[in-house]
Amino acid sequence: MIYFDKVSKIYTDDSIALAEVSLHIQPKEFVSIVGHSGAGKTTLLKMILAEERPTAGSVFFESVNIQNLKKKEINNLRRRIGTVFQDFRLLPNKTIYENIAFAMEVAGRTDEEIEADVPHVLELVDLSRKAWSFPHELSGGEKQRAAIARAIINQPDIIIADEPTGNLDPINTHEIIQILKKINDLGTTVILTTHNKSVIDSLGKRVITMEQGKIIRDDKEGRYVI
Amino acid sequence: MFLVNVKRIFRAGFVNFWRNRFVSLSSVLAMTIALFVISSVIFLSAIFDFTLKEIQAKVDINAYFVTKADESDVLLVKKSLEGLPQIKTVTYTSASDALKAFKARHTDDAYINQALGELDDANPLGAVLNIKAKDPSQYESIANFLKSNYSSFIDTVTFFQNSKAIDRLTSITALANKFGFGLAIAFILIAIIVTLNTIRLVIFTSKDEISVMRLVGASDKYVKGPFVVSGMIYGLLSAAIVLIGLFPLTYWLGQTAQSFLSGLNLFDFYLTNFASIFLIVVVSGLLIGALSAYVAVRRYLKHK
Repeated sequence: MIYFDKVSKIYTDDSIALAEVSLHIQPKEFVSIVGHSGAGKTTLLKMILAEERPTAGSVFFESVNIQNLKKKEINNLRRRIGTVFQDFRLLPNKTIYENIAFAMEVAGRTDEEIEADVPHVLELVDLSRKAWSFPHELSGGEKQRAAIARAIINQPDIIIADEPTGNLDPINTHEIIQILKKINDLGTTVILTTHNKSVIDSLGKRVITMEQGKIIRDDKEGRYVI
Repeated sequence: MFLVNVKRIFRAGFVNFWRNRFVSLSSVLAMTIALFVISSVIFLSAIFDFTLKEIQAKVDINAYFVTKADESDVLLVKKSLEGLPQIKTVTYTSASDALKAFKARHTDDAYINQALGELDDANPLGAVLNIKAKDPSQYESIANFLKSNYSSFIDTVTFFQNSKAIDRLTSITALANKFGFGLAIAFILIAIIVTLNTIRLVIFTSKDEISVMRLVGASDKYVKGPFVVSGMIYGLLSAAIVLIGLFPLTYWLGQTAQSFLSGLNLFDFYLTNFASIFLIVVVSGLLIGALSAYVAVRRYLKHK
């Protein structure tokens, strides 16, 4: 589904984010990427979202080279990827309902579909009562659940979760990971980056370990080893 | 889907405007100043035109005929003058009327009355043609036309006495026109730049929001749209403030400055020209608001 072919990202001679990274992610996989800050995890994710271009090598999404995509095609690609971030990245001036509806609007969904699907997904992440609250009125865990609701509303092929539990307490962390597992069980590919050892160890899924822009381990049922 | 998207963009623009009302207020204030400058330029150019026309109306030349000239000769000259394209009006004063007017002006002057009495009722004054041109620069050609064609009838043409003053007025008019136009353009540009920068600052605070919109796959048009709509609302609101504010302002100025402005009443001018001023202010507001927002958002959408 996603293929990195000897991908390098070099900002300056002493700032190499990725060095000839090759990796393959299959459909329906749950892949965790671990590594110290600056190991290249986020750069890797940004390349899948076409936010960064490789200095060398290619990134393929279903055999399409992402760097050859035009602006409109990039928008279409992003609509097939749900994103969840440590800092939530919700639109501050929109309510939770509107944040989720916005993702549907940009995907060209009708008002009827929006009215039917948004309450349903809010119920799934247990935020029905907060539908008309603004992001600043929610706790960290609630914001992250709202971000997940937005990420899954268009039934994406992939969910990219960049340190989604970084700002959360253990209970909320557990909840978010359970939601991501559920999403994966339903057939969506999940790519997760995290620093949380207990999360990785409890998952028992594929773990890619990165260091200084290189993949140093790739274990099928891995653990957090740095 | 196009109409649905337009509806969503307009709704988002209105909602953003309202939810960011404190930030919106700064844009409205900046744009109000810009539109006020634009409307002030309209009023200043009206004052300028009016004053200039008043001064120009006071400039004329007189052609004094010799006493021997027949009335038919004078009327012939009048007719040929009226055929010239640069002539605005030609007023004929007969020799007897000129004498009457002269006597009326000097009823209390004993020397003049005595001198006129010694002439045994003979009229020492000739007929006069008072000539007004459409433009002060045309007086020289009119004077030359009279001198070259009718020198046998005409005693004096006052242009040759007043030519320096008329030339000066002509050059001042031309200079003032150029300078006024340049000044108006400069004022309007400054006002637009200030507004553009204020809106850019407002949109800078939405930089992260724009990046999130792009991340969920929003097209450029869908990101820009609501900002452009908000910009148009800034423009419309500012235009309304300026148009309403001009009523009391021009009313007050109309009363206090009418004599200073050679009789031009700014309130009357505003009422008479309300439709065109309304159109200029509203269209400028809409354009400045929409364009500023468009340019400011585009900056954050340049990269993929």
